[in-house]
Amino acid sequence: MSSSIQSQGTAEVHPDVLLVERARGGDMAAFEKLVRQYERQVFRISQHIVQNREDAEDVVQDAFLKAYEKLDQFQGNSKFYTWLVRIAVNESLMRLRKRRTGRMVSIDEDVETEEGSMPRDLADWSPDPESLYGQSEMAEILRKTIQGLPPGFRVVFVLRDVEGLSTEETAESLGLSIPAVKSRLLRARLQLRERLTRYFKKGTRAKAQDGVK
Amino acid sequence: MTCTEFLQKLDEMLDPEVAGPLRAELQQHLHCCEHCEITLNTTRKTIEIYRKHELYELPDELRERLHEAILAKCKGCSK
Ligand SMILES: [Zn+2]
Repeated sequence: MSSSIQSQGTAEVHPDVLLVERARGGDMAAFEKLVRQYERQVFRISQHIVQNREDAEDVVQDAFLKAYEKLDQFQGNSKFYTWLVRIAVNESLMRLRKRRTGRMVSIDEDVETEEGSMPRDLADWSPDPESLYGQSEMAEILRKTIQGLPPGFRVVFVLRDVEGLSTEETAESLGLSIPAVKSRLLRARLQLRERLTRYFKKGTRAKAQDGVK
Repeated sequence: MTCTEFLQKLDEMLDPEVAGPLRAELQQHLHCCEHCEITLNTTRKTIEIYRKHELYELPDELRERLHEAILAKCKGCSK
């Protein structure tokens, strides 16, 4: 192999970097380990963007294939996972574009909205909102609510708050600046909060609850 | 501190690592502003709930199928 990833100084080498290096040399088992490690996350993130399971299945396959093909371009100065997520996000957006037959889809779409920049519904929530709904009903509410956000907000929230990437990693995965990530994250959180208030505010389902007692 | 300023720093408030004078200033606003207190608590809860509920789980069977498909594609590609 012509290129090899240099570990910098005495800094600990991330185990992924070693796997990537082996995979570059043609070790399929090493690449399989990386797939195993991240297929779940890539699937979740993709499905959050494309909002359709069949498309997400295609995206996962395409993203890993692309990563494999571009393995030589992986620099090692970012985490492999962040690099992979970036590929998956791009594949997802492309898929979304295809499905909407040519309509542009980018992570900058609809982010100029003022919605949610200032909370309007300030009703407090029930102390235990999750007790108000059954598991599947809850999942439905959460899905419906997050699906209502523009893709550029949705993906920032998912990467940062659900998948636990840092602000820097999220910025890198999306090709956004750190201030842009911060501002989108705030708006996404506030919009979700606002929309969920409808389901979770105090007094919601009070009657149903009384009936149960 | 105004409510708008508080909201701009909501991320810092949600981050338990952030301490010191900024946190004290934010806390002070919370003491006298019920709106921001509610916003903070319900935003925190929003994040917690989304983190806890797995919305798009990958079922084992599908996972295996995808896994095999990915490897087959990679083995067949001209890398
Ligand atoms: Zn306030």
